[in-house]
Amino acid sequence: MSTWIAVIATGLGCYALKLGGLVTPRRVLDDPRVRRFTELVPVALLTALIAVQALADGRNLEFDAARLAGLGTAAVALALRAPFLVVLVVAAGVAAGLRLLGL
Amino acid sequence: MSVIEDEEVDAPDGGARRAAVRDGVGVGIAVGVSGLAFGAAAVTAGLTVAQACVLSLLAFTGASQFALAGVVGGGGGLVAGSLGAVLLGGRNALYGMRLADTLGVRGWRRLLTAHVVIDETTAVATAQRGRAAARTGFYATAVSLYLAWNATTLLGAAGAARLGDPDVVGLDVLGPAAFLGLVWPRLTSGASQVRVAVAAAVIAIAATPLLPPGVPVMLAAVAALPALITRTERS
Repeated sequence: MSTWIAVIATGLGCYALKLGGLVTPRRVLDDPRVRRFTELVPVALLTALIAVQALADGRNLEFDAARLAGLGTAAVALALRAPFLVVLVVAAGVAAGLRLLGL
Repeated sequence: MSVIEDEEVDAPDGGARRAAVRDGVGVGIAVGVSGLAFGAAAVTAGLTVAQACVLSLLAFTGASQFALAGVVGGGGGLVAGSLGAVLLGGRNALYGMRLADTLGVRGWRRLLTAHVVIDETTAVATAQRGRAAARTGFYATAVSLYLAWNATTLLGAAGAARLGDPDVVGLDVLGPAAFLGLVWPRLTSGASQVRVAVAAAVIAIAATPLLPPGVPVMLAAVAALPALITRTERS
């Protein structure tokens, strides 16, 4: 199988899954248990994504002090109710600064 | 924010919608920059510049794209590799189920909207108060991220050799920081959400050394499963 076929098949497959969620029958979506589940899914998946992006590189767990400090700064900024873009800038800035210092 | 609130608060609210646009464009640009990393990684792995760009245009879901590039680079089987990459997109189906009511799209609009049901658009949409703001945030993120992601994929792929390490300027923190900002309101809104979040993070990290990249995040959806059996509590 050529790389082109793999690229296009992956693209189409990903699209099919996205569409599959949106066209889920009303009967299923109206079930209160399904509602509670799908309501919580974004919190679960996005938190898992944060954890993996912060702590893993591929299959290896790694503790990158600069990255974790950047993320910690983001949490502090959020607790102080800083605007979204400020949160991103200070987080990246702290990580970059610590790396510049050789951490 | 709950589904119930989604339906009640549907009055036009300029402030909430402006805030949603701000969130969406902020995420679109901040996360869109990581297209640089994808473009560079794809070409380094052996994809052509055109293949990297087509993958970003068609798949438009970062985890699956990085997975396919990884398989190409590692010389793995392309059939299994494509299948694995597609399965990583499984969480987008769950997002679609969550957003179906909020977006309420039909016909060709639904076909088009489906393409942009991903982590970022879901995160921004579910962080807004009210259905109108959720929709505005969803599409603001979709448009800005689609443009940024595809433009930076091209830049990263074309300039792969010249590109320095994006980690030096802290770009690797932008993704997790952006998602943290978006789930923050939910994490501070109730103990049940925090329990689900902590369980999900623990599951994903514990599974990381054991399973192919991307699968642990999908697996973390089981943290939301207790909602299927408990009857009380609405967040």
